[in-house]
Amino acid sequence: MGLFTSRLFWIALLVIAFAATLPLYVSGYILGLLTVAFYFGVFAMSWDLLFGFAGEVNFGPTFLIGTGAYTAGIINNLYGVSPYICIFIGAMAAVVAGFILALPALRVRGPYFGLTTLVAVLMLQNFIVVFAELTGGEIGLTIPDVITINAGANYWLALGFMTVSGAVLYGLSQSPIGLVLQASGQDPVQAGALGFNIVKHKLFAFVVSAFFSGLSGALLVFYFGTASVGTVVDVAVGVNVIVAAVLGGRRTVIGAALGAVFLIVAGEFLRPTGELATFIVSAVALIVVLFFPGGFLGAAMSREART
Amino acid sequence: MLALQILIDGFAISALYALGATGFTLIFGVSGVLNLSHGAIMVAAAVAAWAASSTFGIGSYAGALVGIVTALVIALLTYFVVVQPIQRSRRIANEEKEIFVLTGTLLWGIMIQEAIAYFFTNNAKTVLPIVTGVVEILGVRTPRNQIFTALVCCLVIALLWLLVNRTKIGKAVLAASMNPRGVTLLGLELTNIYVVVWIIYGVLAGIAGVLLGMFLGVSSYSVGPLTASAFSIVVLGGLGSVSGSLIAAFVVGYLETVTAYMISPAYRTIPALLLLVTVMYLRPQGLLGRR
Repeated sequence: MGLFTSRLFWIALLVIAFAATLPLYVSGYILGLLTVAFYFGVFAMSWDLLFGFAGEVNFGPTFLIGTGAYTAGIINNLYGVSPYICIFIGAMAAVVAGFILALPALRVRGPYFGLTTLVAVLMLQNFIVVFAELTGGEIGLTIPDVITINAGANYWLALGFMTVSGAVLYGLSQSPIGLVLQASGQDPVQAGALGFNIVKHKLFAFVVSAFFSGLSGALLVFYFGTASVGTVVDVAVGVNVIVAAVLGGRRTVIGAALGAVFLIVAGEFLRPTGELATFIVSAVALIVVLFFPGGFLGAAMSREART
Repeated sequence: MLALQILIDGFAISALYALGATGFTLIFGVSGVLNLSHGAIMVAAAVAAWAASSTFGIGSYAGALVGIVTALVIALLTYFVVVQPIQRSRRIANEEKEIFVLTGTLLWGIMIQEAIAYFFTNNAKTVLPIVTGVVEILGVRTPRNQIFTALVCCLVIALLWLLVNRTKIGKAVLAASMNPRGVTLLGLELTNIYVVVWIIYGVLAGIAGVLLGMFLGVSSYSVGPLTASAFSIVVLGGLGSVSGSLIAAFVVGYLETVTAYMISPAYRTIPALLLLVTVMYLRPQGLLGRR
């Protein structure tokens, strides 16, 4: 395992170093695609921290993402303050949302909690449509400021952000806190009996997951220049986040980012097939779920373990 | 007048919700499976009925039958292709099977939805109703189709009650929901019971889907909202409790109708969601649920 961890580290470093050189020779179109994929990767990694480690099935990752994205967008739209401050406030709003989401999680378990999170997304969606003057409703919210319009700079920002988030989340998952989280996800009673404060650890996981989701959501809307229900709140977006994490391999954090990049790039490659693209991606994801439940990274790791 | 209108309109929509949610909750109660392809199966039934009766012109009765059979076939496919392999998989830890079934059925539902959109476009489709015309009930103009919908829903639910409580196979299903191990010890094959439950579910979802297609019309966009409404009704009533979801269906149906008439159709779903959140906080097991 020690060898593998270090090997994983070197592979990750190589991939990131290679990815960082991409703006020098690929088109802006590919960069734009990967920029979105990297932010998506952070969504999936944050989700994996909650599900893979804390064992909480969060069906509403977009509740956290959307809160961060819309808060940042609305503040920028209303008061015109600098994007960086907006993004920070958006991330903080997502943390508050994470706290709210964590409350039922501490009371109910399993499918019941999953449902609460789903309802949270539907509520947010309704709220956005009803308060259309503030949020832009179904048309979407226009955001006046951008961080930069340079495709390369945006790409590097996204890559850097994903790398840092990935390092923090992965580090966290491998730390003693991650182990306690894993234990409390699998058997909360026993973990509590060993003297660990389950409530505190789970709240912490929610807050961290919400922080990165919200931050990534806010960065994404400043990249898009618009926030809409279809891009950051819709249940379908949340489904994609979950599929990305399960595809890449749950409980691996890094795998979730791989899954997200795969999903978005594959969706783009399949664009010529038109309406069948979503069908094919879902079918591939279903096959992975049925036959390789460990996901990409899980399959690679078990092969590694065997040899 | 308005009160009567709400009473009549609300009843039909509630009865339809009840029928849609019953099969969903039955599967959960017996085999612990939350089937997220529910909405897709209902829409598939409606679209099949629409295609058979309008495009191929075989009449509305035969069309409805085609719709129900379609739902039945897809429901069985869902069980054999998605649910059973996950439940039997040795590579998935037991405590994770739930999330795998959820993810699997969700993906399966998206596949059905996309296939419908591909072959039959995204346009809304209204199934040729079996009965047409309007009738005045105490001064309220009511489409006959609406009354028909309500009647069929009540009849099917009554039949289901008889099936579960008065027949041998129904009692086996009921027993499996209480104690699966006990049932196997009595020499009944659990898989057979599950198949029976999925058949019942397929028929119920098919009838609900076809009626919905006649009553309100469907499109591949209705898949998500349909699954979500069945979900919330079932949670409100208590997962696995059939009588709970019947009550919840009427609560949600009337709450939506009242909101749509008294406030605005735009706010239609909000009070029901608020109620759902309140119930989840105060009584997480739902109105009539067991923990």
